[in-house]
Amino acid sequence: MTLYGIIFYILAAVIVIATGLAITRRNLVHAVIYLIISFFGSAMLYFLFGAPLLAALEIIIYAGAIMVLFLFIIMMLRVDPTALRRPSLRHWLPAGILGIIYLAVAALVVITDPGSQATLKTAMARPRALGQFLFQRYWLSVEIISFLLLIALIGALYLARAFLKESREQSEGEL
Amino acid sequence: MIVPYSHVLFLAGILFALGVVCAVARRNLIMMLIGVEIMLNAAALAFVAAALRWQQLEGQVFVLFIFAIAAAEVSVGLALIVYAYRRTGSLDPETYNILKW
Repeated sequence: MTLYGIIFYILAAVIVIATGLAITRRNLVHAVIYLIISFFGSAMLYFLFGAPLLAALEIIIYAGAIMVLFLFIIMMLRVDPTALRRPSLRHWLPAGILGIIYLAVAALVVITDPGSQATLKTAMARPRALGQFLFQRYWLSVEIISFLLLIALIGALYLARAFLKESREQSEGEL
Repeated sequence: MIVPYSHVLFLAGILFALGVVCAVARRNLIMMLIGVEIMLNAAALAFVAAALRWQQLEGQVFVLFIFAIAAAEVSVGLALIVYAYRRTGSLDPETYNILKW
């Protein structure tokens, strides 16, 4: 096993443990912090797989922007620490069995597929090459995705405005 | 030489399963959204590994799009959560039963 392989397994263990801790925490702030650790691990994996631009974006967008947004919302709302759902066996047994069957079949597919046994070779996509490729071949997709982001922005603004208008009318009615 | 491609797929699958568990088993809207984020991240990981496996840049381009989708989803989702919280005063999805008879 090469040094890169050892790094991969260490990072994989850290990511899985941090994610597992994140989804079981009762306190939402702790969950978000563990998730940031997990995303840092993912960013390092991207770097290992030769995508330095994506590693930087993972830290900026995921660990930075999205998780900070979650933290803001958690601190804004009064969130009671909630437990996992009560596991009633009658409801969860069929779902669990079906999920385990799917996981087993997926693992079999991956194991038996000869194409997936190929060892990954180290390579790196320079950010410049990736940017040129993106804007030469997929510029239309970039435009579409930017429209999607604009629509999301307008949607979030509209939701906030709708509530503001509602509460203003209510307070005027009370007066 | 890093690792066989299948090991990366296993890691992505485990992460995806953790995200599904988080989205299904938690009694909290914010944790459900976090579960969706974990699933998107697992898919992105598989894409990056596939880009390295076939030495094609398309995989990395799609990860960029996944990031954009995640950002859009989280902004609208959190706005909806705040709206629902102000109307009902709770983050438990089981309390959203105004439409029920």
